[in-house]
Amino acid sequence: MMKEIYIIDYNCVTPLGMNLNDNWHALLQNQSGVAQHSILENQEAVYASMVDTEKLNTEFNSHFTDQNFTRLEKMFLLCLKPLIERHDITTETAFILSTTKGNVSLLKNQPSLPEGAFLSVLAQKIADFFGFKSKPIVVSNACVSGVMAIGVAKNLIQSGNYKDAFVIAGDEITEFVISGFNSFQALAKEPCQPYDKNRNGINIGEAAAALYITSGAISPYQFRFKILGDSAINDANHISGPSRTGDGLYKSIRNAMAEAKVAATDIDFISAHGTATLYNDEMEAIAFNRMELQHVPLNSMKGFYGHCLGASGLLESIISMESALHNTLLPSKNFKEMGVSQPLHIIKEQQHSEIKYILKTASGFGGCNAAIVLEKC
Amino acid sequence: MKKTAVCTIENSTITMNGNMVFSNQETTFQEFAKEAYKNLDLNYPKFHKMDPLSKLAFLAAEMLLKDEDNSKTALVFANKSSSLDTDFKYQESINSNENYFPSPAVFVYTLPNICVGEISIRHKMQTENAFFVLDEFDENFLNNYAQQLLKSGKAENVLCGWVELYQESYKAFVYLLAL
Repeated sequence: MMKEIYIIDYNCVTPLGMNLNDNWHALLQNQSGVAQHSILENQEAVYASMVDTEKLNTEFNSHFTDQNFTRLEKMFLLCLKPLIERHDITTETAFILSTTKGNVSLLKNQPSLPEGAFLSVLAQKIADFFGFKSKPIVVSNACVSGVMAIGVAKNLIQSGNYKDAFVIAGDEITEFVISGFNSFQALAKEPCQPYDKNRNGINIGEAAAALYITSGAISPYQFRFKILGDSAINDANHISGPSRTGDGLYKSIRNAMAEAKVAATDIDFISAHGTATLYNDEMEAIAFNRMELQHVPLNSMKGFYGHCLGASGLLESIISMESALHNTLLPSKNFKEMGVSQPLHIIKEQQHSEIKYILKTASGFGGCNAAIVLEKC
Repeated sequence: MKKTAVCTIENSTITMNGNMVFSNQETTFQEFAKEAYKNLDLNYPKFHKMDPLSKLAFLAAEMLLKDEDNSKTALVFANKSSSLDTDFKYQESINSNENYFPSPAVFVYTLPNICVGEISIRHKMQTENAFFVLDEFDENFLNNYAQQLLKSGKAENVLCGWVELYQESYKAFVYLLAL
């Protein structure tokens, strides 16, 4: 019998708010973090979901005195602090950090590699600040990192080496990332429209998200989500394009649901990836239909937060759980007209609905995919 | 859990289960990788388009996976430098407005898990995969994670290991695990 693993706390720092409550209220009012920003010199402004640096600094200064942190590190610290205050760190506590690019902004105009650009150095700096006793673990699996980190935490606790885990995910908007996606011609010319007929690409976003996972005793007054199943299967098809058959995503969902022992009819809500590129959204529609999940209410949060890369999956998992606690389905923002070849139940308006079982998915470069099933207990 | 085969690549030398398979005195990793590719008779032209980290991981995987059925073999890799070798090169292509040439073919390799994708494509492995970044090689950690994949039935074998590369400093220590 595998140990039962629960998520019992979470927080996030995004353009919509410096904590979970502010985010939830902004989402209920249908606010989006996406706006036009000039990020690359001598290039057109792009639509992106960006944290206001001045606001971040003000919030940071009201909680911390030490100033020797990068912008991304400040987001991590602000996000994690309330969780650390509510849960103890022991020698059996894991610290898992999920990111794609970490402090890559430090590379700009450097003749050699700065120490801070190493992801393990970033993770150790955050770990030392809060006094973690175990070695930090960095999950860097492109855009599935955030979802995968939840599965990694579950597996590491089940392996018996840890009792609980703090999982944090973060990525920031940099010239590096914007220029790269721009070179792929993957950036949308307007606010992104996942699954819509007129979708034409991604808005990059930035955020930090954190959760606390435990196998230990939980207060009966505490909310809890059981991590029922997880899987991360590669498409084995192409390093920068999604599979046309949706094989990897389909198999990730199938395995996660099999481990969770739930059927398609049990799932109450899907928090999908929905980047709003032509091929990704189409691939997802095919995978969901192969699993007979086309009738399950589904959204993409990218219209609210943009694509926060390694943070997106964790952030969207948190918003899903908050949706379940409030039994409220949030719309897939900017979706108007069906633009994928297979049917999907895309949520158009905010509505009340009982949510017990959540399926969260993600897909990314390198052909990676990930799926987790959560149960509200 | 047993380790069924081990491949190491360092100092321009490939070793399988302790026996030297290929070695040369080329000065750079790229030249070494090219010679190894020729010498091992690998017929996979996509190899030449890969970044150095992917070439390193790919060569080790070629030695261990061969043409056997790998449909239940998971991939669990880790390193210290993530994709910083390619990140640094990509950054140089966007540092100045005068020399601003971001290339999608380079950008795609600015993720460490791309090397896992390359191996998956080569061996048609639609299997569990994970990439971790750690400050040093931690075999216990990788083995614990791999064991969990084996015990839960998500994989029957795990190709596991350390694939570290930054410029001319590199080391691969990759092995196969089974219950």
